[in-house]
Amino acid sequence: MADNNYKSSKNKSIFKKSKSEPITETIFRFLTRFSGSLILFLLVAMLISLSIEAMPSIKRFGLSFLISTEWDPVASNFGALTTIVGTVVSTGLAMLIAVPMAIGVAIFLTELAPMPLRSIFGTAIELLAAIPSIIYGMWGLFTLAPILADHVQPWLTEHFGFIPLFDGPPMGVGMFTAGIVLSLMILPFMASVIRDCFLMTPQVLKESAYGLGATTWEVVKDVVLPYSKRGVMGGIFLGLGRALGETMAVTFVIGNAHDMSISLFNPANTIASTLANEFTEASDPIYLSALIELGLVLFLITFIILGISEWWLASSAPGSKKKRG
Amino acid sequence: MKFRSRTRRKAINLIALILAGLSAAIGLFFLIWIIFEITQKGISSINWAFFTELPVPPGETGGGLSNAIMGSIIITLIATVIGVPIGVLAGTYLSEFGYGRLSAIIRFITNTFVSAPSIVVGVFVYSIMVVPLKGFSGLAGGISLAIIMLPVITRTTEEILRLVPVGLREAALALGAPYWKMVVSIVYRAGKKGLITGIILAIARVSGETAPLLFTALNSPYWPSGLMEPMANLTVTIFNYAMSPYEDWQAKAWGGAFLITCALLIVNILSRVIVRQKG
Repeated sequence: MADNNYKSSKNKSIFKKSKSEPITETIFRFLTRFSGSLILFLLVAMLISLSIEAMPSIKRFGLSFLISTEWDPVASNFGALTTIVGTVVSTGLAMLIAVPMAIGVAIFLTELAPMPLRSIFGTAIELLAAIPSIIYGMWGLFTLAPILADHVQPWLTEHFGFIPLFDGPPMGVGMFTAGIVLSLMILPFMASVIRDCFLMTPQVLKESAYGLGATTWEVVKDVVLPYSKRGVMGGIFLGLGRALGETMAVTFVIGNAHDMSISLFNPANTIASTLANEFTEASDPIYLSALIELGLVLFLITFIILGISEWWLASSAPGSKKKRG
Repeated sequence: MKFRSRTRRKAINLIALILAGLSAAIGLFFLIWIIFEITQKGISSINWAFFTELPVPPGETGGGLSNAIMGSIIITLIATVIGVPIGVLAGTYLSEFGYGRLSAIIRFITNTFVSAPSIVVGVFVYSIMVVPLKGFSGLAGGISLAIIMLPVITRTTEEILRLVPVGLREAALALGAPYWKMVVSIVYRAGKKGLITGIILAIARVSGETAPLLFTALNSPYWPSGLMEPMANLTVTIFNYAMSPYEDWQAKAWGGAFLITCALLIVNILSRVIVRQKG
């Protein structure tokens, strides 16, 4: 019995509250609990409010909203597939570029860079992660897009034009540019998270591997990466979440066209960029409702992906089984 | 592990390290390029009038973004006043009282909320504030930024407070301090530096947000006249001006971009200095 009591109290606050607690104590406890619950309340309120506002569109278009490529404000016909595909493709492209680069940068910062430079480079990367996304978007539109249009895209079409992905008008704005700008935006953030994880690897482990004659790459691949796997995955998922919901870096450069095409050079659209462009112009209630349903879809996509990653990280944490058992 | 010849292992090592170095070089190159471009194009628009005058129509010379700068400050202040106390208290709950199921759920939601799309928060505030009150307002903008700020501050607060040694708490309680007094005067004090840094960084982060303001604060060419009116703000102004076909407006947008980048970098560097300072 005594043993049981000890066990159950271990999971609660380490200090038991006294029976005759003063009023200040009650207020303080209430305030903290209230503030914490507010976050839970906000999530529920967001889901309910978005669902209510999206209801006219959900009722009218049903499930076909998710699979229709139609987006016709004049005829009040709306489908989300083009924007969903745009969101997924631009994010996929960004992750394809940013993940290997972020790991590369982290390897550079932890194993390669000369000692005195490591902290300077590390701080520089962290500072870059603080630059707001609108800056990346603007730079993408005014600086990167013209260069891509004049030099990179014609070259790609000429040499790789047989792949339909690279066969399209070299306009500068489009899916291709959006993917690049997005990847640059999430790169500093992911690189600094991954670097922090790499730095958690005990020096002794690395030194033992080096002592056995392993090369730097082998130490990274067989010691550092397995050791920091969870943290690295967490960082990648956070970057993924940011890329999915990113508005400004994409809206500037994606071209904002409700077309779905196989070429990466064509203008496209994402959920976030559609919202940014059309929300204040939507005069028709059903148009607005369809836009809000798009927002709901985006919210659910990011929440499910981040939720799964969060759950996986929590359940794969060393010692989590012990706590439960 | 399979046996591989030494030369081959060395070759693989070399290739991998070159790739790592290359990705660092490419990444750094682009990022320096962005900063350089913003500085080069932005600095020429920065002058006294930029901070003191109202915007002028395209084609007219002069004018500034004083209203947008002021509006951004007001909106960020609203967000701070709402978001910081609630966030700190919520973080306190998770760190000091958070052992039950409710706190596990709140912790889970906070961690996912941190990366929630900010534009959807804008849509949410639009439907709970702008529609019922029949108008875009600076207050709605501030509230949407507060919602974005809340999980960030909650998470940092929890992380920082957890670093405070249990021994300190026990010592305070052993002296007869009530629990709340122990949290306020021992735990907060021990984590003060980290808390302040976390709060500053969270404020800096939301002050660069554009998407949630698009349908809440909207924008305005006038000096901020009231919290219930559409309010000019720097980020939406940059967006509108940059997307406009007028060159003088685009120049103003670069100026605004330069200003925001500088301000955020300075705030970030300062907060790092605070962390490193002893005492």
